[in-house]
Amino acid sequence: MLCEGIGGEKEAEAAGKMAAVEEEEEMGSSCSWRMRGVAVVLLRGLLLCALVAGSGWCNSVERKIYIPLNRTASCVRLMNATHQIGCQSSMNGDTGVIHVVEKPEDVQWVLTDGPHPPYIVLLDGELFTRDLMDQLKESSRISGVAVAIAKPSPVKGFSPASKCPNDGFGVYSSDYGPQYAHCNNMEWNPLGNGLFYEDFSFPIFLLQDENETEVIKQCYQTYNLPRNGSVPQYPLCAMQLFSHMHAVTSTVTCMRRTSLQSTFSINPEVICDPLSDYNVWSTLKPVNVSTKLNSTEKVVMVATRIDSHSMFWNVAPGAESAVASFVTHLAAAEAIHKAPNVQSLPKNIMFTFFQGESFDYIGSSRMAYDMQKNKFPIRLENIEYFLELSQLAPTNPSVFWMHTDPLSQRNLSDQINTMLVALKNSTAGTGVEVREISSSQALPPSSFQRFLRLKEIPGVVLADHNTSFQNKYYQSIYDTSENILLNYPEWLSPEEALDHVTETAKSLAEVATVVARALYQLAGGSGSTTAIQADPKTVTRMLYGFLVRTNNSWFQSIIKADLKGILENEPPPYYIAVSKPVNATYLVHYVLANLTGTVANLTKENCLSSDGDLYEYAWVQGPQDPNSTSSRLPFCVRSAVHLSSAISPAFELREWGSTQYSTWTESRWKELHARIFLVASKQLEIITLIVGIVILIISFIATYFINAKADVLFATPQDSGAVAY
Amino acid sequence: MTLPVFFGCAFVAFGPALALFLLTVAAEPLRIIILIAGAFFWLVSLLLSSLAWFVAARAGDARDEALQRGLLVGGVVLSVLLQEAFRFLYYKLLRKAIEGLVALSEDGCCPISIQQMAYVAGLGFGLMSGAFSMINLLADSLGPGTVGIYGDSQLYFLTSAFMTLVMIFLHIFWGIVFFHGCETRQWWEVAAVVITHLIVSGLVSCSHLTFWNPLYLGSLLPSYLLMAAAAVWAYVLSGGSKQNLHHFLLCLRSGTTPPPGS
Repeated sequence: MLCEGIGGEKEAEAAGKMAAVEEEEEMGSSCSWRMRGVAVVLLRGLLLCALVAGSGWCNSVERKIYIPLNRTASCVRLMNATHQIGCQSSMNGDTGVIHVVEKPEDVQWVLTDGPHPPYIVLLDGELFTRDLMDQLKESSRISGVAVAIAKPSPVKGFSPASKCPNDGFGVYSSDYGPQYAHCNNMEWNPLGNGLFYEDFSFPIFLLQDENETEVIKQCYQTYNLPRNGSVPQYPLCAMQLFSHMHAVTSTVTCMRRTSLQSTFSINPEVICDPLSDYNVWSTLKPVNVSTKLNSTEKVVMVATRIDSHSMFWNVAPGAESAVASFVTHLAAAEAIHKAPNVQSLPKNIMFTFFQGESFDYIGSSRMAYDMQKNKFPIRLENIEYFLELSQLAPTNPSVFWMHTDPLSQRNLSDQINTMLVALKNSTAGTGVEVREISSSQALPPSSFQRFLRLKEIPGVVLADHNTSFQNKYYQSIYDTSENILLNYPEWLSPEEALDHVTETAKSLAEVATVVARALYQLAGGSGSTTAIQADPKTVTRMLYGFLVRTNNSWFQSIIKADLKGILENEPPPYYIAVSKPVNATYLVHYVLANLTGTVANLTKENCLSSDGDLYEYAWVQGPQDPNSTSSRLPFCVRSAVHLSSAISPAFELREWGSTQYSTWTESRWKELHARIFLVASKQLEIITLIVGIVILIISFIATYFINAKADVLFATPQDSGAVAY
Repeated sequence: MTLPVFFGCAFVAFGPALALFLLTVAAEPLRIIILIAGAFFWLVSLLLSSLAWFVAARAGDARDEALQRGLLVGGVVLSVLLQEAFRFLYYKLLRKAIEGLVALSEDGCCPISIQQMAYVAGLGFGLMSGAFSMINLLADSLGPGTVGIYGDSQLYFLTSAFMTLVMIFLHIFWGIVFFHGCETRQWWEVAAVVITHLIVSGLVSCSHLTFWNPLYLGSLLPSYLLMAAAAVWAYVLSGGSKQNLHHFLLCLRSGTTPPPGS
């Protein structure tokens, strides 16, 4: 969502306030004193502006009525070629009486018993299940759902993704391995309840802050709790959720509408944007990006995804589904770059980080498409091996699985075996064991499948699961650092925690070592691989930065000064989004540049002007100057890191109904917010109206008579009739 | 959703003023002019007092609560004094206007008496101050919520409307008494107006910390008592008496006009 992002919120709020001011003014002037309208408008505007600027109690009445919920995330509408998914509220927000559902039985009250529909259900995180949501969805008595995040994460697991992720966009279809299509062979994500792919007609919000959840529960207990069988009395505690979506139906519809408008409107109103971002890639030996690689040059491609999602917009922790594997990938890249004589290896190695893979392989489908169409410096023919790091959470014992495609095994069994052997050989001396899976098992959902669709390439997908996913929280809000057992002792300060080598980091570093050594062998390296070693310290720093807080001294030192604003005291969301590049892409980019690049001895001006086809130069902030507290020691980093577009080819080709390429778009919206307040009974409202009408009538009658008999009423003995009142 | 509350409160607050305007002011252009000019004078007084408060609040330490509270109380007092000062200025202006009107009129008699002017000017003051105290509230009454999540009274909207009503009436009566005091140079009448105005504003802002905020029964009742007293006084000053009232009631009952009592 471009226009009303986090940054735009303040302006939007201000604009909203101005609009409110105007509305009030209109009301004032329409109340029959038209003549004064102009003066009122001008002065009131002036005064209110002064007051607003003055102290912030601009509208104290509103503050008396509403408690805004600041730490929420909303389920928004996404669309693909055929469907809309997600949630939306009505234009002016959906209001309902709050009912807290902590036990499955509690839901009976909102579905049938409660006398004050519509209800907004405050759902305990543990109860946020497919069954319950289906019940709520069918009821007309529900106007919204607020989900309180469960702490600790649900033991049973929770995944709003489907049981067969990215179904239909992988390699298996009726033409290629029909027995494997649609996860016939293996349900990869058995815990997936598919909630993410449902279309809800009511808003669903996530309450991220326990304190706010507590405030709501307090309000509920005070006003709404049915006490010993009796019905709660007004006033009742209610909630209003705003998440009105501009787009409907499908990508086909909304893209057509958007493009239609842009053809004749000067100021077109975009209603949906394609999910898009950038892939990050680099090569061991620099590649000239403005020419094409010679077909004799071979490349070993390593890939991971760097995105995830959850049911809620911009909440995508993705620890196991993305972060653990791309951190391993980064560590392996560093290890290889540090190994001796790697520049003389016969084959090149390409490190690729795909964005948008959880939305039907946006990044990989685009790169594969570009490679096929010769729009990328590397062509499909150049790819000798493809190694993908899928989900890689530390397991005990440390066993990882090498998934291969059963169909290409027929023609490419030698090359695939080479890969398997290389990986197995690399485990020597590490605590890691890699195993093959049964030869009749299909590939898990992976970017590799998009390349396999175009060309038979020998490839291996390394993952922490043998059959179905080990990850209990695939693509969910609970796929956080806890999910990969990342724990820090409480007494550590942030800077100490940054360098605290955790068990998770150690075990991922071992995997990275295995990957790096295998890549070295696959690239034709013949020397001993024992020197190639991933650094657990780098891994732990990356895990801390990517999963705990991005605002740490290491990240600060490796990014450009103008990007320091993206660092926060929390991990970045790994949602691909529509603005680009997202923070996660930036971070991966600069971490990769730092780990694989070299310090170029250049001045700032030379650094900024020497960006070329082979290398990318970045003038980064550098570490804190030890002699001074405020200044830094910036330097120039030269690396072979590049960004490539990760927008689905469907949008490039304007095939919005494509079944080949991802067609996911995100609707635009005006506001996403939630607030709680009390609602008065209808009786009180009617009484107020009646009192008003009675007073109006009485005053007209009284004024009429007083006016008519003014001479009687105000007559003075001295001065009869001269005074009218 | 809560249109009933909006209209209910609007009628309570502005119903009587609307009736007075339509039945006694709207028919005569001169009165309309005086009414609007009165409203304008009140606005200017508010502008000045809010400017003063704004500057003072900015100059002071925003975190010092005692200071801010003190400033607010000072602001209320200043605002009342400024309103009354502008009432006096307006009186002076109208006084000058009467001379002009007399000069213009054919029969050498002013087309509007000073008491009438006082009433219309007071209505102008009242309408404008009422508008200011109610508009915020009316706008919020349209939303789905009602006051009370912080433990405030449910009747907030209604009591606020009644408070606005009383302020409008008080401004009318203060106008009459004030002008009478100026006219007859009985300055204690003027002083009484200022003091009662201070008392009412104090009642309002003591119950809460803002000018046009929440006025509960505690401040409503004394305000209405004050209003009743002011009404009687204004009535007496503008030529009313017990006898007249008696006659008025009599003629209301019989429907005929008895000869004016003497």
